[in-house]
This record gives sequence, C-alpha cells and structure tokens, in this order.
Amino acid sequence: MRIVARLPLLLALAALAAFAASLLLPWAPVAALLGQDRPLALALLWELRLPRALLALAYGAMLGASGAAIQGLFANPLASPDLTGTTSGAALGAVVTAYLLGFSAPLALALGAVGGALAALVLLLALAGPRAETATLLLAGLAISALAGALTTLALALAPSPFAFYDAYEWLMGSLVDRSLEQAAFAAAPALAAILLLLRLERPLDSLTLGEEVAQSFGHDVRRLRIEVVCLTAFGVGACVAICGAIGFVGLVAPIFARRLTAGHPGRAILPAALIGGVLLLAADLVVRAAPLGRTLPIGVVTALLGAPFFLWLVAHMRWRLAR
Amino acid sequence: MTALLEADAVALAGRLGPTDFAMAGPELVCLVGPNGSGKTSLLHALARIGGPAGEVRIDGLRPEDLGPARRRRLLSYLPASRDIAWPLTALDLVRLGAGADEAKEAMAELDLTQWADRRVDRLSTGERSRVLIARALAASPRLLLLDEPVANLDPLWQLRLMERLREAVRRGQGAVVAMHDLDLAGRYADRLVLMDGGAVVADGEPEAMLGSERLGEVFGIERAEGLWRPRSIEPFPSPRT
Repeated sequence: MRIVARLPLLLALAALAAFAASLLLPWAPVAALLGQDRPLALALLWELRLPRALLALAYGAMLGASGAAIQGLFANPLASPDLTGTTSGAALGAVVTAYLLGFSAPLALALGAVGGALAALVLLLALAGPRAETATLLLAGLAISALAGALTTLALALAPSPFAFYDAYEWLMGSLVDRSLEQAAFAAAPALAAILLLLRLERPLDSLTLGEEVAQSFGHDVRRLRIEVVCLTAFGVGACVAICGAIGFVGLVAPIFARRLTAGHPGRAILPAALIGGVLLLAADLVVRAAPLGRTLPIGVVTALLGAPFFLWLVAHMRWRLAR
Repeated sequence: MTALLEADAVALAGRLGPTDFAMAGPELVCLVGPNGSGKTSLLHALARIGGPAGEVRIDGLRPEDLGPARRRRLLSYLPASRDIAWPLTALDLVRLGAGADEAKEAMAELDLTQWADRRVDRLSTGERSRVLIARALAASPRLLLLDEPVANLDPLWQLRLMERLREAVRRGQGAVVAMHDLDLAGRYADRLVLMDGGAVVADGEPEAMLGSERLGEVFGIERAEGLWRPRSIEPFPSPRT
C-alpha cells in the first residue's frame, strides 16, 4: 500500500500525540500535585490544560481546513483566512459586539465574529472576483484587513469602557490561555461542524483544477460551492476568533504542506490540512509555554513569528519560479 | 428510438439566441464560424454551463437530472483554455474525469503513458493539450463537446486526433467540435454547422457547406486555386513616414 493512503492515519496520530503533549507537558507540576493533592491535579488537567489543548486543536484544524478550501476555491496557494481579511473581519465583529453593543456572552461574541467574517469574505469576492489573480487577491485582502484593523481600533477608542484597549489587547493578539471548558466548546463545536461539512466539498474543489466550466459540466454547482465555502469558513473561523482572537499564518501554511501530501489535489487536502493545522497550533502553544520569558506570549505572536518568514520564502519561491 | 442529442431552444443571454440542435445517432459535427460567432456558447449551452435556457436531452436524459458519476458517462466538455489551476500529475488530472483504467487507456491512445507521473506544469503546451483531451475522452461519454481541440497540436497530432474522433463515432459516440481549420473540419466531419452572430446560419454536408456562398460570406473569404483567400484585399495601413 502506498504511504499516501495511510497519511490521514499518520497525521491523526501526530495530532493525537501533540494533543497529549499539550495536556501533559510540562509534567513536573502534574507529578508533584498527583503525589500531594490528586483532585487538584485533575482540576489542573481538566480545567486549565484541556480547554487550552482543545482550543489549539480545533482552531488550528479549522484554519487548516478553511485555508485549503479557500485556496482551492480561488485556485491560489496564497489565499487563507488571515490574508483574505476573514480573521480581521471576525475580530472587528466581536469587538463591535462586545465594546460598542455591550454584549459579551460567548454566543453574542460568536455571532458578531461570524457576521464580521462573512462580511469580509463577501467583500473580498465582490472586490477581487471568484478567480482572482494573486496580486488582486492579496491587495483586496490587505485592504480589507487594514480597514477591519482600523475599524477595530476605532471601535475600541469609541468604547464606553476606558480599559477597552488594555482589555482587548491580549485577545486581539490571539490567546488560548484561561478559557473555560464551556468557552472551548463554543469554538470547538462550530469548528468541528464546519470542518465536517467542508470535507463534503472535496470533489467539487478538486474538479475546479480543470476550471469552473469543466466543474459545471461535471454537474457541480460552482456558485453554491462558493457560498458554502464562504459561509462555512466564516462560521468556523468566526466562532474560534470570538473565543481566542485572531491567529495568523496557520491557515496559509497548513494547506501548502497538505497539498504536498495529496499530490497537489486542492480538495483532498482539506482533511490533511485540518490535521496539520491542529498539530501546528498545538506545537506553537507548546513553544509559548516553553519560552523562558517569565510571562506568556500571545500565541498569535508565535505563529506570526514562525509563519511570516515562511510566507516571505513562499513569495520569493513563486517569483523565482515565474522568472524561470 | 431516442435521438443521441436533442437540444430545444437552448440560449445564453447576450451570447447565443434560442437554438435547436439535434443529432439522430453517432456523428461528428464540426462547428465553424468567425471569432465571437457563438461556437463556445453553443457548446456551453449543450454542456449546461453558465445557466443556459432551453432543454438538452442526451439519449433522452436531461444532464441536470444526473449526479456527477452518471453525468460523466453522458457528456464531457473540453474548454478552449489550456489553463490548469494546480500542478497535478498528468495521470491524476485525467483521473478527475474517469476511473484509473479508463484514464490509463485514454493516455496510451494519445501516446502520453511516458508522461503519466509528470506534473502538468512541466509539460509543453501541446502535451498539456493532449492530457486535457485524454481527460475529456477517458470516460467514453455518449457526447463529446470539444472547443478547439486541435489548437496547439502539431500536424501529426491534429490528424491523429481527428482519426480518434472518427473512431469515437464508430464506437457509438457523438461529437460536437468547434474548430477553425475548415479543411480539416471538411475532411473529417459528417456535418458542418456554420455559426454567425450567436445563431446557427447553415447546417449541412461538408462538401456542400465548404462550397457554399454563405460560408464565404460569413467568413469574408473565398476559395481560389485550392486556397482560402480574403474576399477583398484591404491593405494594412502602412506606418506614417
């Protein structure tokens, strides 16, 4: 049997291992507590580490899966939820809901974030068109990100609470720390549902390799496909942003690795991209915990620090290939 | 007996007026006409691309009523564009429209076996065209809808492709093929359909069509001493000195 057939299994095992590592590492405090106070040790695992690991896995997987679907839809390896302005749109939606409208319940935040993400993606489709050139897509995404970022700052400045900026800072940078199990479920359940529904779109997205016309001649409704990818991405990513803030680059990187494992097929890359995204974010969170800084780094900073050089390499690589 | 293809009043807003088109049994029909005359639009309408009006029945079945798996046995469509969005291998690309064995067979017929595992972005334009043609042929659908399949092919492969389409007709398939090479179309087609201004303006046997006044009128060309020539020679304006 070709190794390719076993890949989802291997990746799932890797995700499981990263999840276990996130629960159990660092082991010393758990071991110390297990000796003295067993209930406290379990509480540490159950209430502190489990939500964090769950959020990392779910958010990472959501970014990976939606990144793969968006890249397939736009036929462009540089599309992703963050570069298309989706995550910034979601952040804006959540900030407006929490600080201007005054609803801070998880459900309200999630609805606000999903609305913001949806608005950003619809704006992107209107600006750049369904099969945009790389430059158009990135420019439109950049413009939407900049606009959403500016509006987020404006919303925080206009917020009645004088502590709005300070309060929102850590969340905006992306953070998995100190979330409850209930909050984790609020992000993980929509993410899981969105990923499962995105997996149904494997074949139509693969057939888009031959162009929209051929996909239509196969009997795929390309307009509905576009709406489904946009809505599912907004739904899943929006819910995660509402709980954890904006985390960048995982949605760009994971699908690119995943397509190397699926011989280039964009649709078939959704599942591996989800698993790789989960592993990446779990790993980034372990880096956050291991960093000897004396304080916790926002995880969004870590993914950006690791992801931005990769993005630069990608741009240089594409230029080099085009120039050849 | 049900006809192989029946199209009633198919139309695409702004591009193709209501058009009837039928094929009683297996045959090779070539669509000819100047740029923008509606050849691609008619192929789109028959393949149900872009939300066309009217109704199409192939072997009495409406393509819209069938899921992708059965639809690919009914029709396949080859676009004029040779763009491929992702760098799949040639075999994987052909397999997007067919099973593994069919795909390999179609590639062997077009002498592509040696390129099966090569990425399509590393093939020449002509080889890539053949891969895309193999994709359209692989599932052996009842109706082939091909937009300029001989473009980018060298003379030998232009002839071999036309022979392969004749073979498809012998196997019971129908083919509607848009092309610009009138001589090639005349030599291989059972029927020539002339299009102009988003409508079918003439339809008949190749010999009669190629000699017809109408064809010369539509294209603005005429045949003299066995060669096609422009009807009126308008000299290109020479650059100002």
